[in-house]
Amino acid sequence: MMHGSGGRATAQLVTELFVRHFDNPLLAQGNDQAAFDVAAGRLVMSTDGHVISPVFFPGGDIGCLSVHGTLNDVAMSGARPLYMSAGFILEEGFPLQDLDRIVASMAAAAREAGVPIVTGDTKVVEKGKGDGIFITTTGIGIVPEGVSISGDRASPGDKIIISGSIGDHGVAILSRRANLEFETEIRSDTAALHGLVAAMVEAVPDIHCLRDPTRGGLATTLNELAQQSRVGMRISEAAIPLKAEVHAACELLGLDPLYVANEGKLVAICAADDADLLLAAMRSHPLGAEAQVIGEVVPDPNAFVQMETTFGGTRIVDWLAGEQLPRIC
Amino acid sequence: MVIEANRATDQDEEVIGVALRVRGLVQGVGFRPTVWRLARKFELSGEVLNDGEGVLIRAWGSPRSLARFGDALVEERPPLARIDGIERMLLGGSEPQHGFRIVASEAGTITTGIVADAATCPDCRAEVQDPSNRRYRYPFTNCTHCGPRLSIVRAIPYDRASTSMVAFPMCEDCRAEYEDPGDRRFHAEPNACPVCGPRVWLEDVRGRELALERGEDAVAAAVRLIRAGFIVAIKGIGGFQLACDAANAEAVDQLRTRKRRYHKPFALMARDTAMVRAYADVTVEEARSLESSAGPIVIFDAATAGELLAPGVAPGQSTLGFMLPYTPLHHLLMRDLARPIVLTSGNLSDEPQCTQNDAARMKLKGVADYWLMHDRDIVNRLDDSVLRRIDGAPVLLRRARGFAPEPIRLPEGFAAAPRVLAMGAELKSTFCLVRGGEAIVSQHIGDLEEAATHSDFRAALDLYRRLFAFTPDAVAVDRHPDYLSTQWGRSIAFDEGARLIAVQHHHAHVAACLAEHGVPVSTRPVLGVVLDGLGLGDDGGLWGGEFLLCDYTRYERLASFEPVPLLGGAKAMREPWRNAFAHIEQVMGWERVAERYPDFAITRLLREKPVDQLRRMIATKLNSPLSSSAGRVFDAVAAVLGVYAEATSYEGQAAIEIEALAERGLGSAGDGYPCDIEEGAPLLIGWRAMWTALLRDLADGTAREIIAARFHIGLAKAVGRAACQLAARHGVETVALSGGVFQNRILLGAVAQLLRDAGLLVLKPRRFPANDGGLSLGQAVIAAAREIIGRDKAGS
Ligand SMILES: [Fe+3]
Ligand SMILES: [Mg+2]
Ligand SMILES: [Zn+2]
Ligand SMILES: [Zn+2]
Repeated sequence: MMHGSGGRATAQLVTELFVRHFDNPLLAQGNDQAAFDVAAGRLVMSTDGHVISPVFFPGGDIGCLSVHGTLNDVAMSGARPLYMSAGFILEEGFPLQDLDRIVASMAAAAREAGVPIVTGDTKVVEKGKGDGIFITTTGIGIVPEGVSISGDRASPGDKIIISGSIGDHGVAILSRRANLEFETEIRSDTAALHGLVAAMVEAVPDIHCLRDPTRGGLATTLNELAQQSRVGMRISEAAIPLKAEVHAACELLGLDPLYVANEGKLVAICAADDADLLLAAMRSHPLGAEAQVIGEVVPDPNAFVQMETTFGGTRIVDWLAGEQLPRIC
Repeated sequence: MVIEANRATDQDEEVIGVALRVRGLVQGVGFRPTVWRLARKFELSGEVLNDGEGVLIRAWGSPRSLARFGDALVEERPPLARIDGIERMLLGGSEPQHGFRIVASEAGTITTGIVADAATCPDCRAEVQDPSNRRYRYPFTNCTHCGPRLSIVRAIPYDRASTSMVAFPMCEDCRAEYEDPGDRRFHAEPNACPVCGPRVWLEDVRGRELALERGEDAVAAAVRLIRAGFIVAIKGIGGFQLACDAANAEAVDQLRTRKRRYHKPFALMARDTAMVRAYADVTVEEARSLESSAGPIVIFDAATAGELLAPGVAPGQSTLGFMLPYTPLHHLLMRDLARPIVLTSGNLSDEPQCTQNDAARMKLKGVADYWLMHDRDIVNRLDDSVLRRIDGAPVLLRRARGFAPEPIRLPEGFAAAPRVLAMGAELKSTFCLVRGGEAIVSQHIGDLEEAATHSDFRAALDLYRRLFAFTPDAVAVDRHPDYLSTQWGRSIAFDEGARLIAVQHHHAHVAACLAEHGVPVSTRPVLGVVLDGLGLGDDGGLWGGEFLLCDYTRYERLASFEPVPLLGGAKAMREPWRNAFAHIEQVMGWERVAERYPDFAITRLLREKPVDQLRRMIATKLNSPLSSSAGRVFDAVAAVLGVYAEATSYEGQAAIEIEALAERGLGSAGDGYPCDIEEGAPLLIGWRAMWTALLRDLADGTAREIIAARFHIGLAKAVGRAACQLAARHGVETVALSGGVFQNRILLGAVAQLLRDAGLLVLKPRRFPANDGGLSLGQAVIAAAREIIGRDKAGS
């Protein structure tokens, strides 16, 4: 992107870039808003700002990530996403060819997901006032009849299911950031999960909770759900899917995969009686092929998440206030 | 003196009344019967009772007998009693006509009498071994001078109904003893006998009670099984223990494998001190600690020409941890065993020892061969306390059975403190209650991330709060936001409307040491030297080798160890090679070292590691925060010397191991390695010169023992020199030493000696561990001092 004072001209340029890549009738109308009809029912809406370094990483980039992130937040209500918007904040000096790549990736992700980006906005800030590129996306979706998924619905006896291996995204980002090369490249798992969710909801409409364990990882998500539902959880370390290369990287880096971010995984909690059915539905979808029951919900006034370790002990898996900060004295 | 004598002669015949208020540990220890006996001896009339403040005596007699009575009270106090003070007040009214009697506790008052569990007293021991006594071979014999206390109590007031003895109504004989003020079982709440009390039995793996051979009881059968090489789980006083013949190498190795505890030394029990002497060098003071009513494990130097135990008892160590029998059950066991037994906590590695029969059957399946069970519930888990003589004084390394919950009186100025609850750290957890100028520190509870330990912590805190009727005005926590104790402290403060006070980790270490040495709240600043694993600094950094100018309320960081990356965060605690790499890379550069010393074991080991990636982790600060930890310096040196370089199996293992190496090298080590001291704020103790000399020694083929010793000596000198410099610069006369690394005997001894030689007063942790086990006390006094001083300021 050009340096200098041509802010408005640049924004114009960028807008044209978007229209070209996102290419859909609503956007093409050129209005300041997108107007569309929806069927009567329960709508959900979610928004997410995306900031990531590096912007390109194995398995994805900030563009597809910003689409997947918001689609997943919408989908975690059980909804079918309908439309999205995108807002960009660009720092002067951001390379145009990078922007082109990012927008193309967003467009591809949206097309693959079948959810058009129908409105957007761009601002360019002076050099030093941004970090290259920030993307904020908003999504809107509709919840099927009879589906009532919420973080406060976990109850004792319920089963806890994870859709696949954990830690892929966070380890991919961290190792790219530090320029670490591993024998087997670790790729981000970034993916849109609403297709998987649709299959799950169809098999078991009464899923109690769904959440994508993004920042803070599986540990944080389980703690959030436990707290919201005022229950405890017992999970088994041995049951949690973890790729060998991610495990090895975590060993080297000293990271606990339970706290590492994912961008294409979900945690589902359902009644024990529904668990087999739900698990089967998940496993028959490509994004849930490695789904596993990892534990169950238990009564606990302290809302602790406990994990039976592979050594046979039981440890408390708690929240972390910040980064993984060593605690041991 | 003269006046006393005059009064005694002049007023010999006159009868006066005096009230004596006795404070200290005077309840539940047989104090009232002693008062009763002495009152009768000196022909006094009146009464004695327990109340919320201790023991109250109203006595009438001649001034002379009253004076002698007062002296005798102190001299002949029961073994478990501790008298902090006696106040005397003149009484009005006339002499009662009923002689002297013990009256029931005044209704509604809170009794304060929960004392620590105490080892079997000589009288009870004699009874158990006397075939004509009705308690012959009875494992639950006790009296007011000994027996279980904290381990069986559920609530207050401390009487039988509020202990797990409630399930055993006393028989007529026991009741008679219990009610007779002249008997040493007067109001001994756990009083029991074979007729009415708990019983002991043996079980096999399937939970079936074992049929005994003729004339054999369960304890005798357990002896037979231990002799035959079996592992027997024994329900002790504060938890289950695992026992086997300590001279049977196969049994000891078996126990290690089954328990999955591969390295950490096992504790031993010997019949008596004489038996300990066959294996270890025992000084007079050590014998005194060993035989004390607390009954701790005492760490001894193994005798060089001593009898041999199985090598698996304490692999790589030149020390042995012994305790003596502390319950009749243990006495009966040991009486018939000719050799010491291993007696280790009944758990799988990392878990707390079992306390309940069902849990023990389940958890110890596959570990024990037989279970020596009994039917008295253990209410509070109490681990064995551990004590070692360091720098001329006995030092508690772990404070639990026999010591908790004994309060300590806080120094001058703390009487005005509000009620403070301090939550401790994360590993080696304890908590502390401050009230009425006293601090009550809980028993060692352990690693809070371990789920069962965590629930023990909660249960223990609930219990202490009930026992001491405690509601906090302020809650003190560590500054580390992720400690489970911090989080829980926060929620207690929030729920109960108490003030929350965050305390820096190493400041708390120093304050604990000051408090136990009676340093008053208004002290001038002292120099605190804390050599520790890790604690969060106020700058968000990870501290661990710190020199703090501080009093109870504030501190200033004057100096620290040179920070080195903690390569892989918490992983660096478990894998010493990471610290070796980080040190080498920082002070000399990996390439240079690898080139110059290609044949070192550590060089070969690090070559196998993804060195490029490790360097990039450091360069990009990827999970590699800088830390001034002292513990990690020991790990780095250990790894270079080939001591557990790959991984340690318990905390501090590498450091303990090079201490043991250094012990052997001290005699011929000569000078220590130089350490750099760089001026600055803070001043830094750096590692370049040390590593240069150390690696050169290693290349010259110097023995590892010598290298380990030179490292200790050099480090002690650097720490001593820095401390002396700072003390002089800031006009400080007192230096307090604390932090887990100061449990290293060589280091503590050498640093303390250097400071004393420089004319400084040295304070060292003794009654509370230097490691995080003592942290709650430090947090508590800092919070209390801030409250007191804040209030003073507001008031003036
Ligand atoms: Fe510490
Ligand atoms: Mg969001
Ligand atoms: Zn006794
Ligand atoms: Zn009886």
